[in-house]
Amino acid sequence: MALIQIILIAFSLFALSRVVLRFRGGQIRGMEFIFWSTLFSIAIIGIALPGELSRLAGLLGIGRGVDLITYASIAILFYLVFRLYVFLEDIRHEITEVVRMIALQKKK
Amino acid sequence: MKILIIVPAYNEEKTLPAVIKDLESHGYKNIVVIDDGSTDKSSRIAKQTKVPVLTHVLNRGLGAALGTGFEYAQKVNADIVVTFDSDGQHKAEDIKKLIAPLITGKADVVIGSRMLNYQKMPKDRLIFNFLANVATALTFGVWSTDSQSGLRVFNRKAVNSIHLKTDRMEVSSEFFKEIKRNKLNFAEVPIDPVYDEYSRKKGQEGKGNWNSVNVGIKMLLRVFR
Repeated sequence: MALIQIILIAFSLFALSRVVLRFRGGQIRGMEFIFWSTLFSIAIIGIALPGELSRLAGLLGIGRGVDLITYASIAILFYLVFRLYVFLEDIRHEITEVVRMIALQKKK
Repeated sequence: MKILIIVPAYNEEKTLPAVIKDLESHGYKNIVVIDDGSTDKSSRIAKQTKVPVLTHVLNRGLGAALGTGFEYAQKVNADIVVTFDSDGQHKAEDIKKLIAPLITGKADVVIGSRMLNYQKMPKDRLIFNFLANVATALTFGVWSTDSQSGLRVFNRKAVNSIHLKTDRMEVSSEFFKEIKRNKLNFAEVPIDPVYDEYSRKKGQEGKGNWNSVNVGIKMLLRVFR
């Protein structure tokens, strides 16, 4: 096993442990737990078995396993950024609601 | 008939007193200033005029200020609601013209269009306003000759049915989304804008025309989110 595989697996295991801890601590909900733990588990399998990953890539018409990871990561990252954007907009709106409530109450 | 004038203000200490005086001299007694977290003396100056002031503890933007004004309007049972910029761009004498189609029942929402007298508008603003109108028409399906105008009047039906979600400048276009969604009757009346250096700078938050581009992008993001 190459050094980079060991480092990446170690990091993924660390990330996976955080996901479990956050779930136990109640900071993330069931669906989020499933999403993140699946993501890191797939990462670990992909890193440990590069040959299988390359075969999967071949099935999808992509040359190398690494390319498959790159494409998938970019797609997932974009989606997460989008979700974050929506989330921030919602928070902004909630702040406005609070500010509005204070303004209207003070008037009385 | 209770006519409520909503004056959203963010750091407008220079123009606010004259704007309120202009409104009062035209007989409008129900005025409310929404101080959107001003860092200057806007709030104190507004309170000195004895007009009710609703203060946002944080700056939330034009859309948020108008939203607060709308909620206040419902609370005080206003029959007609007018939004009126605090930068001195509008003239109180124009309000009467805008209200006329509401009283005759021809419209639920009337917008004071600066474009119907477009010769008075600076050229760069003309272009940006045109682009904003096209963007508004494409995204919300309502064509307005001046989608970004700050002078608008609404009847009670419109006030009760319009729900604003955007907090900043995009709100001008959001009104059209709500007009369409609630199938409100919409009309335009020409108004005479006062375009001086001051109101131009204020309207774009001191960022020049780039702010218009910024608002346009946010609007599209908002719609397609």
